[in-house]
Amino acid sequence: MTKHVARLRVRRGTADAPAHRYQEFAVPFEAGATVLDALIRIRAQQDASLAIRYSCINANVCKECLIAIDGEVGYACTTRLRHDAAMTLDPLPGKPVLRDLVTETRPPRERLK
Amino acid sequence: MTDIATDILIVGAGGAGMYAAIAAARAGAERVLLADKSLVGRGGATIMAQMTVAAALGEECPDDWQAHLDDTLAAGRGLCDENLAALLCRAAPARIREMQEWRVGWARREDGRIAQVTAPGHSRPRCCYVDFLNTGPAVAATLRRQMGQIPAIKRVSNLAVTDLVVSDGEAAGAVALDIAAGEPVTIAAKAIIIAAGGLTRIYRRNSASANMGGDGYALALAAGAELVDMEFVQFFPIGHLAPRLVGMDPIMWDPFRYKLGGRLLDAAGREFLADYGSDETSGYTTPRDIATYAIEKEVAAGRGSPHGGVYLSFTHVPRSALEAAFGPVIERLARNGIDLGAAPVEVAPIAHYHMGGIAVDKRMASRVPGLFAAGEAAGGANGANRLSGNAIPEALVFGEQAGRAAAGYAASRKIPDWRSGAGTAAADQIRSLAAGRKGDIAAVELLDELREVMWRDVGPLRAADGLARGIAKLEDIRMALPQVAVPAGRQYNAALAEWFELRGSVLAAQAVAYAAATRTESRGAHQRDDFSDTDPAWARSQRIAMTSGGALVVEARK
Repeated sequence: MTKHVARLRVRRGTADAPAHRYQEFAVPFEAGATVLDALIRIRAQQDASLAIRYSCINANVCKECLIAIDGEVGYACTTRLRHDAAMTLDPLPGKPVLRDLVTETRPPRERLK
Repeated sequence: MTDIATDILIVGAGGAGMYAAIAAARAGAERVLLADKSLVGRGGATIMAQMTVAAALGEECPDDWQAHLDDTLAAGRGLCDENLAALLCRAAPARIREMQEWRVGWARREDGRIAQVTAPGHSRPRCCYVDFLNTGPAVAATLRRQMGQIPAIKRVSNLAVTDLVVSDGEAAGAVALDIAAGEPVTIAAKAIIIAAGGLTRIYRRNSASANMGGDGYALALAAGAELVDMEFVQFFPIGHLAPRLVGMDPIMWDPFRYKLGGRLLDAAGREFLADYGSDETSGYTTPRDIATYAIEKEVAAGRGSPHGGVYLSFTHVPRSALEAAFGPVIERLARNGIDLGAAPVEVAPIAHYHMGGIAVDKRMASRVPGLFAAGEAAGGANGANRLSGNAIPEALVFGEQAGRAAAGYAASRKIPDWRSGAGTAAADQIRSLAAGRKGDIAAVELLDELREVMWRDVGPLRAADGLARGIAKLEDIRMALPQVAVPAGRQYNAALAEWFELRGSVLAAQAVAYAAATRTESRGAHQRDDFSDTDPAWARSQRIAMTSGGALVVEARK
């Protein structure tokens, strides 16, 4: 059986150093796997500096992993991976970027300053 | 560097932490700082709760808190701290009624009373819930709303407490990592409540949020507190295994069994629970520890399903009954390719809750003056096995008690003056890691390895040789901490927070492994292949403390 690969183009950069570049990662494709599964795998095996906000992992209750996937706003934890074309991941539009896919989504009253 | 002073610092903003903040403010605390690694009220275990909340409300039939206590003590297999268990059961009804006044939306019967179902181990219908599978999110949202009306509570998201500061033997505050900025923060506090939840995230298969790696236990140990009952990890028997299911908590089959029964089958389609002394002819009655043991044994005997679990089948339940009981959830399952009317699903044990935790008295005070604990972080109430539905009432009741006790403690105290140099090393550690560190391996990689070791060697079925191998491996991981690579960067550098997570998780894991190795019997959630009987001489809890050199010491107490 042919092993499929999922390719992800991920927007990188921090608030201090906003980069307007995408970095491409490839992970083995598994049926049913999600975008968040792939990002967690990339962090563990390829690049621990990649940042994505999540807490409940796959239950879709914390609602922290909202990003833009191929231009559409969606949850990384419930959007399925695909192997037929690269998927492009951007931070949630309209929010200040902290790092990579992490935006400032904390309510103002829940910040230190 | 940011320096904060507060009356009360609460570490962790799940159900216990949020209620503790409300209770502390109600008891007169003027400044309460509620800090969470994740987002306030979004991380942790509370929001993951699917259904049952146990309280002797007596809505369905007569009930009283002593009957709830009897069931809790029986489930705990002789190890519950009776003072804590009694507090939980006695105070639960008031907290649940209060949540109703705060409009949590408990499911109602047709006559308007709160609906209560019978969960395994309960002698009568006692568990209320919010439909559909929405108990945790509803409880968390209700507490957030209440906190929003209290100016004394300052909530901070993405603030990870890394070290507690103890001055002259008394809790004096903490050093924390401001994750968004990547900088240290000092917090001088008159009293501290640890409400950071349990440690189920240290197991490969878990139903935890990302932030439940046992760091609350590590903070308490390092501050001089004791941990109790650390060997007792609840493995929820029927965690979802296959086919792949997303958008739902892996323990979601429990509510299906409450409402619809369901049949647990081996690979040949045979019901097997009766072989383990639990016949389910009268419904879903098998306690969690026994079901987990039965499934592990079936799989070990080669009678498991293709992915290494067993089958859970609802194919005998009419589709109309499935629809009536779970409405929109049936559609969510269909999106995952699951049709319960057509085929069974595969399930297997999954780390779900930790009975052990920080040793506290009935005011929720640890042995370190000024340091309290609440919720899953506090140990003792549930002994060797937790009764279904006791986790949310525990969060609310213990949160209330801890908040009130901490406010009382703080009232007679000034903001502590840290001795010169206190907290400096902890703050320097954060700065040094943020500058980057070359190394052999990433913290996130070692965390995966730790989860694998815990699952294989300190999991649902244990034996001396596996425990010895696991203990050696954990020591290797702890020794490897200085060689862990951290990419440079301050703003939301997740690798920075992960380094601290690894440091805490390995300590928590060692505490579980040591306690499991010394308990040479099987009881509740602690099952040993080499000591398969329950030994009456072991009807006592073990405590763990840390020496000044950083070693963990286990001692048994009457």
